[in-house]
Amino acid sequence: MDSVFSNLALGFSAAGTPTNLALCFIGALVGTLIGVLPGLGPIATIAILLPITFSLDPLGALIMLAGIYYGAQYGGSTTAILVNMPGETSSVVTTLDGHQMARQGRAGPALAIAALGSFFAGTVATFLVALFGPILASFAQNFGPPEYFALMLTGLIGAIVLASGSVLKAVAMVIVGLLLGCVGSDIETGEQRLTLGIAQIAEGINFTTLAVGLFGVAEILRNLEKTQDRTILGAKITGLMPTWADIKQSIMPVLRGTGIGSVLGILPGNGAVLAPYASYTLEKKISRTPQRFGKGAIEGVAGPESANNAGAQTSFIPLLTLGIPPNAVMAMMVGAMTIQGIVPGPAVMTENPTLFWGMIASMWIGNLMLVIINLPLVGVWVRLLKVPYRILFPAILMFCCIGVYSINSSGIEVMLVALFGAVGYFLVKHGFEPAPLLLAFVLGPLMEENLRRSFLIARGDPMIFVNRPLSAFLLLVAVGLLILVLLPAIRKRREEVFHEEE
Amino acid sequence: MRFSTLAVTAFALALGSAPALAENFPSRPVTMVVPFSAGGPTDTVARLVAQSMSQTLGQQVIVENVGGAGGTIGAGRVAKADPDGYTILLHHIGQATSATLYRKLAYDPKTDFAPIGLVTDVPMTIVAKKDFPAKDLKELVAYVKANPDKVTLANAGVGAASHLCGMLFMQALQTPLTTVPYKGTGPAMNDLVGGQVDLMCDQTTNTTGQIKGGAVKAYAVTTPTRVASLPDLPTTREAGLPGVEVAVWHGLYAPKGTPDAVVTKLNAALKVALKDATVKQRFAELGTEPVAEARATPKALGDFVGTEIDRWRPLIQAAGVYAD
Repeated sequence: MDSVFSNLALGFSAAGTPTNLALCFIGALVGTLIGVLPGLGPIATIAILLPITFSLDPLGALIMLAGIYYGAQYGGSTTAILVNMPGETSSVVTTLDGHQMARQGRAGPALAIAALGSFFAGTVATFLVALFGPILASFAQNFGPPEYFALMLTGLIGAIVLASGSVLKAVAMVIVGLLLGCVGSDIETGEQRLTLGIAQIAEGINFTTLAVGLFGVAEILRNLEKTQDRTILGAKITGLMPTWADIKQSIMPVLRGTGIGSVLGILPGNGAVLAPYASYTLEKKISRTPQRFGKGAIEGVAGPESANNAGAQTSFIPLLTLGIPPNAVMAMMVGAMTIQGIVPGPAVMTENPTLFWGMIASMWIGNLMLVIINLPLVGVWVRLLKVPYRILFPAILMFCCIGVYSINSSGIEVMLVALFGAVGYFLVKHGFEPAPLLLAFVLGPLMEENLRRSFLIARGDPMIFVNRPLSAFLLLVAVGLLILVLLPAIRKRREEVFHEEE
Repeated sequence: MRFSTLAVTAFALALGSAPALAENFPSRPVTMVVPFSAGGPTDTVARLVAQSMSQTLGQQVIVENVGGAGGTIGAGRVAKADPDGYTILLHHIGQATSATLYRKLAYDPKTDFAPIGLVTDVPMTIVAKKDFPAKDLKELVAYVKANPDKVTLANAGVGAASHLCGMLFMQALQTPLTTVPYKGTGPAMNDLVGGQVDLMCDQTTNTTGQIKGGAVKAYAVTTPTRVASLPDLPTTREAGLPGVEVAVWHGLYAPKGTPDAVVTKLNAALKVALKDATVKQRFAELGTEPVAEARATPKALGDFVGTEIDRWRPLIQAAGVYAD
């Protein structure tokens, strides 16, 4: 225990130098500003800004990159809340209730609770990383292909809960999402599937492209239906900061979200993608008023945002303790480390303690910076919503195009956004919700890969899923969740029938 | 009025993009296309080289990541770029294997480029999960041959360096194994460290940290000579498996038709980069080193691409895996 505190002290003294504090601040600020552009999530933001960190010393570079990461992540949530445009997987859930809050004139409280919840979650997760990082990492190693498959299956069933309307339509969206996830190269044989000969989607459709089209562009089309030229706001802005009632409603979701996010973030197989979804599902399931979800429930912002940030912190564990990047953002961190001459691996912690603990300390500092930067910005963002829509929407579309183009410097992506926008508009008009589709799109390829990998390792024996205790447990959870999801749906159907008879 | 403004602008643009004279090269920044995402091992190599080349050329060499389709999208873009030396490509061994892996390639990796020079050969290492029973390469070979149904071999996807080395390994042993493909090295390494799979052969850039940290067991390095960062690791030749000799070589290319004078200037800048102390040191930390000066030439690279295409074609065709 003592050693942890002396290590943390070492970390804070390394990360707390004026230069490093400034780098952290600049990183978080720049990350926020760029991440706020629709279509530019953390991956694109870091890719753009990576080169400017090359001239710094290793710790400074990593601190700045981490700052950019948190900033971009938070910036992505801002766009999700303000204009219903998720820049990355994790902010899809935030659009559900966050954007509804914005439409009701409560963008301020939504943004503020996202920032505060994230800060709390970040603080807890930082200490988790510091105290138990190595132990947790070795535990997470027990997660093999069968366990990931079972986990993703559980997540997929949870996707149905994301929809606030018809279960049947949600299932349909999940299936479409799985099909879209099939596009790309077969992982084993390299054969092209459903790519129509377009080389740019040979490795699959890009998440940002799909999300920006289905959510953002579709939303713009829907707003343009109204002949009246006005702002996104249907209602008057009612206060920038959360009320006491908002905070009371958010405390438990933040705590639960922090727990869920911390656990899932540790899994090196990108378990963090599930964190916000799991938190949302949980909050909706245990809420006494689940019908408020999808219509601007603050719990639906507080929980997932905390889970997201906790997951973002703990997903550093596999990178820092094992040298294995669990997702694309961490892979870029590895790149940055290598360019700086640090070979990521299990030895970094012992060979480079200043760097290791400095980074951990900087996580907390970065989260603090985010609150400092973002709470005053809430007012600015909210005022942005007052901009007349005829000026706002071309600007949003333009930034979308820039963001999506920058992913691969390819024009095809921009055209795909337009296509998905049209599809998304059709879906919205017919009462299909895009969130389950997106989650299935993300989980589908992961499930397929891990399913096939499990069979390869077990040489075709399906018992591998049941014989391994962790995987068996997760499959049981999946079955339980399925029953939970279906029961109220069946009941509701009966109620509806009953209703019509009246 | 508007039309004339347009015309003037168009004229100015046309002037600006006219092929600059080779003597003045480079009069504007040079774009170095890396056909993989930022932060990967090839990107790292490119950025180190680009930094030094910028100083020599007196113009920024900007790294642009054009990822996708195993590097063929980025390579295709350079193949079709203006042959003026302002768009160049840094690609690895995939430049040669793509000729066979992709049956419908929109360019010819051998004839559509003006080679500038080889950059580096990144060695590969044969590694296993840390509790794998064999204690050296001989035992490993014996164990694999005795238990072909038990051993699993991981790779980072079709066409990845680990996939190529795996094919070579199975061919040398005359033993087909169950190969478990992953999307990229990260997840594959994770499952190797976690003991979910048994073996992998991957670049030192990815394995050195894990080997030094004791997370995986290393058996041999696949180059003719040992690597400085892992001096105790024998070569495959020393350990009795000379058939498995492979390196992830990186080359620098311009589009076909680039004036010789421009290629010469780019080559000179590359040679300076390969002698740069920082580049050398960083390469060493990655477990590699710049190629010998004689190989950092257009001719050497051009010939090598041809040799490598011929070397991998039968192997890939025998394995029957294609990336399109």
